[in-house]
Amino acid sequence: MELIFEGIKKAFWLVVTFDPEVIGITLLSLEVSGIATLISLLIGISTGVAIALSRFPGKKIVVSLINTGMGLPPVVVGLFVTIFLWRNGPLGFLEILYTPTAMIFAQAVIATPIVMGITLAAIQQLPPKLRLQILALGATRLQMVWILIKEARLPLLAAVMAGFGGVISEVGASIMVGGNIKGYSRVLTTATVMETSRGNFDIAIALGIILLLMAYLINLVLTHIQQRERPR
Amino acid sequence: MTPILLSFGIFTLLFFSGITPGDAQPKTIILATTTSTQDSGLLDVLLPIFEKKTGYFVKTIAVGSGQAMAMGQKGEADVLLVHSPDAEKKFMAEGYGINRRLVMHNDFIVVGPAEDPAKIKGLKSSQEAFKRVASAKALFVSRGDNSGTDAKEKTIWKASGIKTEGEKWYQQTGLGMGQTLNVAAEKKGYTLADRGTYLAMKKNLNLDILVEGDAILLNIYHVIEVNPAKWPKVNTGGAKAFSDFMVFRETQDIIKTFGVDKFGSPLFFPDAGKKEDDLGK
Repeated sequence: MELIFEGIKKAFWLVVTFDPEVIGITLLSLEVSGIATLISLLIGISTGVAIALSRFPGKKIVVSLINTGMGLPPVVVGLFVTIFLWRNGPLGFLEILYTPTAMIFAQAVIATPIVMGITLAAIQQLPPKLRLQILALGATRLQMVWILIKEARLPLLAAVMAGFGGVISEVGASIMVGGNIKGYSRVLTTATVMETSRGNFDIAIALGIILLLMAYLINLVLTHIQQRERPR
Repeated sequence: MTPILLSFGIFTLLFFSGITPGDAQPKTIILATTTSTQDSGLLDVLLPIFEKKTGYFVKTIAVGSGQAMAMGQKGEADVLLVHSPDAEKKFMAEGYGINRRLVMHNDFIVVGPAEDPAKIKGLKSSQEAFKRVASAKALFVSRGDNSGTDAKEKTIWKASGIKTEGEKWYQQTGLGMGQTLNVAAEKKGYTLADRGTYLAMKKNLNLDILVEGDAILLNIYHVIEVNPAKWPKVNTGGAKAFSDFMVFRETQDIIKTFGVDKFGSPLFFPDAGKKEDDLGK
């Protein structure tokens, strides 16, 4: 118990003194997971909407695959991304293993199915007649999609939160493809693992608290957007 | 059409994020090393000096010695700092490495709960201690991760003629030294640890040093450059600069005093230029 108070004290201290290393680690966490989430939104929402609105043979299989992907184990993603990015691997020419870019890549792979799966469900739960109605009012196909996305705003923002929450808290892939390099690819989760194994439990707890705080603040903003009065 | 738009979007994002593929490559060195050099904090002291001096940027990948050498074998690291002499000799004999040089040593210790159910405290022979742990069926927590420490532990079990495979009292964590020490402390088990990591973590552990000073417990660190003849992508210049740095006189002086202020005794003893066989005499 005492240790937890120690950790809270340490977290407070690290934040108010603007400890440069902790600030750097926090910003990098935000940057990596933020960009990864943006990429996953681009791919996840567009593909998710496209699949939800189209009919093709084997759709059920595709949807079940995406739903399975929502539970992709980060370490497995990390392992495969590492093997692909090795110097002598198929994507070795990119020379991005053990860089933040590689972490973004791996995290985007983790977040995309989450966003896609929730998008699919969100669009599919809209009343099917809505599409007909919008089209009947003379909207183009693109306008129709845009209205549907706006209509599904609540669950779609939940997709953003789930995707971001999934990658900011993820450690397995980040440590494998990023290497937890000091001042370069060390993020909050990988630093927490390292400090724990070093026996610096107070710093580990402090980093954990900072991570939670940050996740809370970001979700607060997103929830605020989500729960705004809907335009009528 | 969508994939084209998407890849365009991704590259724009990466571009504006300031993180571009292949940044600063020729000046980067990948150092694959054991967890003990990172967990003890030694590299945090040495690397900034090296980077300032040479302009290289070192990417430290802290894994067990076994994995570090596997990375070297695949050409995925430039230079290794490891402590698993038998495996290193094999690595060298197979031509994966060049210029293996002695850097430093410390020692392994057998640690366990103060109650010491197997009564091994003060024994001079680690083999005898392991035999007693086995016959008392007292819990022994092993790394089980092919690290240098793990290799040493297996050597001792083998020398004492005990088969641990499948025994209930023998548990493998598959984790690094720090975490394995935590597990041993929580479960009141015995384990083999390197002195550096143990000293660095001692304050949070209820584990005592029970056996030390046995010649077999010597823990020797070597630096090895990965052979560029096998893997042309290896950063030869960087690897050589780093391994030279590790045996420099000034570096060796830092190693000699590292940890004294914090733990009262050094964590590593510098050995550059010595012969492996002369250590511990």
